[in-house]
Amino acid sequence: MTAAAIRVDLQLIADMVDPATRALDVGCGDGSLLAYLVNFKRVDARGMELSQTGVNACVANGLSVIQGDADADLRDYPDDAFDYVILSQTLQATREPREVLRQMLRVGKRAIVSFPNFAHWQVRLRLVFGGRMPETPSLPYKWYDTPNIHLCSIDDFRGLCRDMGVRIERAIVLDRNSKPISLPPLVANLLGEQAVFMLRRD
Amino acid sequence: MEAAIDKPLADAERKALARCRHAVLGVDRPLRLDCGVELGPYRVAYQTYGTLNADKSNAVLICHALTLDQFVAEEHPVTGKEGWWESLVGPGKVLDPARYFIICINVLGGCMGTTGPLAQDSAGQPWNLRFPVVTVADMVRTQAALLDHLGIPDLFCVIGGSMGGMQVLEWAASYPARVFTAVPIACAARHSAQNIAFHEVGRQAIMADPEWKGGDYRLHNTVPARGLSVARMTAHITYLSEQALQRKFGRALQDRDALGFGFDADFQVESYLRYQGSTFVDRFDANSYLYITRAMDYFDLAAAHGGVLANAFKGTPTRFCLFSFTSDWLFPTRESREIVHALNAAAANVSFVEVESDKGHDAFLLDEPEMFRTLAGFLKGAAAVRGLKDVP
Repeated sequence: MTAAAIRVDLQLIADMVDPATRALDVGCGDGSLLAYLVNFKRVDARGMELSQTGVNACVANGLSVIQGDADADLRDYPDDAFDYVILSQTLQATREPREVLRQMLRVGKRAIVSFPNFAHWQVRLRLVFGGRMPETPSLPYKWYDTPNIHLCSIDDFRGLCRDMGVRIERAIVLDRNSKPISLPPLVANLLGEQAVFMLRRD
Repeated sequence: MEAAIDKPLADAERKALARCRHAVLGVDRPLRLDCGVELGPYRVAYQTYGTLNADKSNAVLICHALTLDQFVAEEHPVTGKEGWWESLVGPGKVLDPARYFIICINVLGGCMGTTGPLAQDSAGQPWNLRFPVVTVADMVRTQAALLDHLGIPDLFCVIGGSMGGMQVLEWAASYPARVFTAVPIACAARHSAQNIAFHEVGRQAIMADPEWKGGDYRLHNTVPARGLSVARMTAHITYLSEQALQRKFGRALQDRDALGFGFDADFQVESYLRYQGSTFVDRFDANSYLYITRAMDYFDLAAAHGGVLANAFKGTPTRFCLFSFTSDWLFPTRESREIVHALNAAAANVSFVEVESDKGHDAFLLDEPEMFRTLAGFLKGAAAVRGLKDVP
């Protein structure tokens, strides 16, 4: 099999996952990350997805997926059930991000989280000079119909990890073209459009 | 003892046995039932489609529902109707006999050849109501015993809807190493109060029929046809959704232009139910109906595992795929979701598909492309993991 092309941020996550491990992808969407992990890294990968249409499509592709959401359904799983619990581009849409993170790190030995950076310069410009709620490629919604109810910046997220006593094993900041950039934290918080963190309990 | 088993059969049962395989089990070692009674020897009637491959890795067990039987994909020997799951099983279908060795076993307590209240005890007397009350777990024990008899170590898939789904869950809980994939459809881990209530109405209808004679109707050459028919009519309503009934019949009148101001079947829906009831009597035994509904009522997988459903699946290696239907009010989606939660708590490999359908509980027997599509994908993925080749 040749490597299938998946979204750059998903590829970054996939690269963080060791082969032949167990992973749970929360909010797995159309299952492209799951399929990659199963087919190319021999990962025992499971998915959870809010939309039943998405679930059915995943199952039809031979993936193990259930309908569920991060806020309600992580608590069912036993401690250390997975090597990785993955939450890509979903943390900001959860009701209780802190509790979701706690559950992820209870259920998984590691958590991999990606999210849009609300301190990206485009967001700042829109708000400061436009006087409007920001709409950007990674935050394409109107203020009244956005699912994103708990947006944060990269620095905010680091702060939460510190408060929770969670160790950041890796942090990758991506620019507007989803290319990793290595910059000092203060600049990264301005220029990074999204970030991928790998966390573990301390 | 075997002779006693083979003694006079009900007509329907004789026709069934002439058209399927059967085995007499429990000869050396009787089966210990949940009620404490030891049963043996007993007969198990079953049907197979396809061929078992060389490494015995392609066996699929279909568990049938309350009033269905082993004639999954062929003309029924009693009714002459097509097999009850021909939408799923057959050449070119999701469960293709060219690929899988498909087995379906008439349940313990049934009336299509497997030992039940129709059978006779060792003294040659018909069991009737002296037949021990059996459970879903007992049914599964007889199925496992048959697989031992056939030399089939494990199953690629155990699949079934409704009471068949209960058997699938019981299989996964009792014989996890023998179940590679489990597909419980439109079922629950325990029978709800409402479901028990409906079954009780059915049983009371049978037992209130004077022809039932305390269960000894065959000794009196009678048939509690009215009671069994009413039981079927009640149950049939629970298999359909309100929308499906409305769409199919509305308030349309039967063979008349105006209300009859009497108690004939004025409405099409009445006529339909009466027909369902009367044809059921030709193919099903009233006492069997009592026993099998009881088995469903008694089913409570959590209770059998210390009150925690997840315990039933601890460390399970089985890959699960559950299905429910949006308009099924007999086994609503939330019941499947409870099973999913328990499987998650056991960190099991589980998929769960809720299918949009307005056809009610019966949807699992009907042409539901979404179910077939997702089931095919699930089985394909599992077959790849198991190393199953396309054709045995």
